[in-house]
Parts: sequence; structure tokens; C-alpha cells
Amino acid sequence: MKGITTRLHAALVAIVLGLGIGLAAAPATAPEALAQAPAAPPAASEQMLFNYLQGDVRGRVTIPDQRAAMLIQPAGRDFQTFWRSTMKWIGGIAVGGMLVVLVIFYLVRGTIRISAGPSGRTIQRFNGVERFAHWLTASTFIVLGITGLNITFGRELLLPILGPDTFTAWSELGKVAHNFLSFPFTLGIALMLVIWIKDNLPSRVDAQWFAQGGGLIGSAHPPARKFNAGQKLIFWSVVLGGAAIAVTGYIMMFPFQFIATDMAGMQLAIQLHGIISLVLIAIILAHIYIGSLGMEGAFAAMGSGRVDLNWAKEHHSLWVDEMMSGGRDAAAPSGARSAGAD
Amino acid sequence: MARMKFLCDADRCIECNACVTACKNEHEVPWGINRRRVVTINDGKPGERSISMACMHCTDAPCAAVCPVDCFYTTADGVVLHSKDLCIGCGYCFYACPFGAPQYPRLGNFGSRGKMDKCTYCAGGPEADNTAAEYAKYGSNRLAQGKLPLCAEMCSTKALLAGDGDIIAQIYAERVTTRGYGSGAWGWRTAYKDMVAG
Repeated sequence: MKGITTRLHAALVAIVLGLGIGLAAAPATAPEALAQAPAAPPAASEQMLFNYLQGDVRGRVTIPDQRAAMLIQPAGRDFQTFWRSTMKWIGGIAVGGMLVVLVIFYLVRGTIRISAGPSGRTIQRFNGVERFAHWLTASTFIVLGITGLNITFGRELLLPILGPDTFTAWSELGKVAHNFLSFPFTLGIALMLVIWIKDNLPSRVDAQWFAQGGGLIGSAHPPARKFNAGQKLIFWSVVLGGAAIAVTGYIMMFPFQFIATDMAGMQLAIQLHGIISLVLIAIILAHIYIGSLGMEGAFAAMGSGRVDLNWAKEHHSLWVDEMMSGGRDAAAPSGARSAGAD
Repeated sequence: MARMKFLCDADRCIECNACVTACKNEHEVPWGINRRRVVTINDGKPGERSISMACMHCTDAPCAAVCPVDCFYTTADGVVLHSKDLCIGCGYCFYACPFGAPQYPRLGNFGSRGKMDKCTYCAGGPEADNTAAEYAKYGSNRLAQGKLPLCAEMCSTKALLAGDGDIIAQIYAERVTTRGYGSGAWGWRTAYKDMVAG
């Protein structure tokens, strides 16, 4: 702040000096110029100020609202450009692109079946607490995602269909939902972090998973523990991305109160919130696909919490070994072992 | 049609705040909301300047561009107005506005900020001209009565000019030529992407 004031002072001195030099010649020419068309004034100092300050012009106000002391913030125009085009391009490519990729993937690969077929025997994969954390995050994320996309793309996509009054009513409702559901969403993120972080630390098995394309390309079934490398990526995207979205979101809900206490900080928070959310939405679309339509037997993991033993052996072989050796669900294997060996 | 603009001659403004008071009184602007304010740059130092600032009614207005519900519109006079019935109080226009014009009844976005309020160039809102409904939401509509904004009309030093952009720019250019100095049309480059006569 002090630097800006000093520079402002220096700029004004420079302007006054510059005008002073111009003044020496002015009296002789001014009346003549006035008689003709209005002559161009000396180089406008606002331009010089901008060039010199490279940023906001601030001063003093006598009203209580001290944020009003910011006279001009040209960065508002950059925010306009970001909001109107940059963000829409990023969102369109991330979300739209992911949808296109998923459709193509489905057409090429179809639903990934259990190679050995369902065994008919199930194994506990996620307990009640795990599923609660997942669905708490998932259900709120869907509402947050839709209402958030509405703020970004609703004006182009929904407003022409709904009309101004209905669209405003829907958007206002969406805004309230977006604000309040942020709390359970944040809780869900925190729960998942605590429950699953021990299973999501990188390991050597992950390299092998990546090397074999995760089994998405080709029909290989790389070994994996409770979570394979792809799921670990989802986990960290959700936890880290979700945390970033939560922090920037709360900054927006309580503007100028913490972390971002100035205009530049607020603009940055909104931009980060938008970009990270759009990328996370794209990632989650892929997650939803592979957890439902894309893979036979996958949904049960988060549905009933129990997965088919053959599915588990194909996708999480090391985890199944751990579970069996640990004695949990120990009654199941005797019959399933031979059936699964085909 | 005229393209209405504001121009504050910083070399004439004496920071009397009459424009601020006139605006608040004319439109019965609520506590905590200032549609117009006077900012003093370099206060108490050589080269001090005061500038009266409100909504500049920008060309390609940033507020209108970022509004998620498209509640802004530009009149034939180039005045940027908005509908409080459509505003959802998201606050984005405040972040986009180069001049800090949008104001809200409450600060936080949690719960709600309430409907955005800003300078209307004394031109009301989407309701029928000079109706009670229009007055309650946006204040008086002087433009519809053939009058210019009150802030500029009652400026004692005629520092604040309002009217057709070409005409007030010409007045300002004449002043600068006559007196030999001028600190420029504050905000014009950002608002209209042009300067007064270069």
C-alpha cells in the first residue's frame, strides 16, 4: 500500500511537471486553438497513472465503507473476460469433452464384464460408515455441481428455455442450496479423508497398474489392493480438489473476511473455485460412468456394500488375498476358490 | 440518440460531497449504500485530486457480462440499468465492476446479500416511468422527466458533468485548453475504452 502511494505521488509529480513544461507554450496557442475546433488537451494523466501504477487507483473516502476507496480497478475487465469466455471454454472442454470421451469409450469398449462371470458369492467391500461418507459427498456434489453449472452456463442454456422470471427463481433457490449444502459436502470430504487415506497412499503396485493401462485398454487385470491407482487418483482429486473448492467457496460466502481480504484475492478465489470445480466435475463424470454403466458389478460396492467375489478377484486381487488371509469372510472361499480359477 | 456519460473534472472537484448527499436524498438510498462517492487521491500531499465516482454506465458493461441471470440491460441512451426482480444477489457484478458501483444491503453472500443497488443515472428501472413501484426500487426517474442526473446538476463547481458523452467531452476539452491543464477524464479509458480527445 505504501509503495502504491509513493508511486502515485511520484506519478502525479511527473504529471504536474510534464504539464508544467507544456504550459510554457500554452498561453500563446490556447486562444487560437479555442477559436477553432476544441483542441486536444495535454496527454491525459489518467493514462499516465495507469501506465505507472499498473493496477488499481485508490484514495481516501469519508464514508464508512472503506472498500469504496478503490476508485478504479481495471482488473474488473480481466474478470469480465475470464468469466465470459475463459471459464466457459475451460468448462465446455472439460465437461463436454469428458462426456464425448465417455460416449466413445462406451461405444468402443461397452460395459466391462466380469470375465469369469458372477460367482454368486459376495464379499464385504465397504461398510456402512464408508458408504455414508461416499453418498453424503456424492449427493451433495451432484446438487452443488448442477447449481454451480447453472451459474456458469445457465444464462446461455436454461434462461432461453425457462424465461427470466422462472430462471431467476430457480437460480435463487440454487444459490441457497449451493451455500447450505457446502457444509455436508465439506463434512463428507473430511470423513472420506480420514477413512480412506491409509488405503490411498501411493505404492509400487500403482506403477504396474498404470503400465497396463488400468485394464481399461485391453483386457488385462492388473493387481490392486483395496484401491487401484485410478481410484487413488479419484480419491486425491476429490479430497484435494474438494478442499480447494470448499475453501474458495467459503471465501465467496464470507467475502473480504478471511484469506482473501482484497478485491484481487476475491477475484482469484472465484476463478479458482470455478476452474477446479469444472475439472472435478469432469473427473467425477468418469467416476460415475465406471461405477455404474461402465463396469458390471462395480455399483454394488457402494450400493449394498458387498461385491461379487469374482469381480473382487479381477479388480482387487491383492485386497481379496488380504481379506481372505485376515480371516474376515473366511467362510466364503472354499467353494469360490475353485469356481474362480477358471 | 445521445450516449449518456459522467465526467468528473478532478481539477474542479472540491470534495464537498454534495453529489453524494443529493443522490442519497433524491433516491432515498438506504443506510450503508452509496451510489456515488468522492475519492480523494494523494490526500494532503501536492497533487491531491478528488474524483466523484459512481456507475460509469460502461460500454460492454462488465457487470452485465458476468451476471448469471442476465438482469442488466442498456437503454437507448447508453445507460446501464438492472432489474431487482431478477437479481439473485450473487455479488459477481461487484467483482467485475472497475468502479465499485454495485452495492448490497448486506455484505455476506451466506444467507443473502439482498438485491444489488447502483446508480441508475437517475433513470429508474424496468418498471413504468415515475411509478411508485419504480421509485421504491430504483429511486426517481429524472431522465424520463427530461432532466439530467441530480448529482451533476447541483455540482457547485461544475466539476461533475453528465449528459451526452460527446458534448461533455467537448466541454472538458475546452476547459483543458483554456486553463492549460487537466488530469484526464477519470475512468473513461476503462469504461468506454477511449480518452477525451486523445
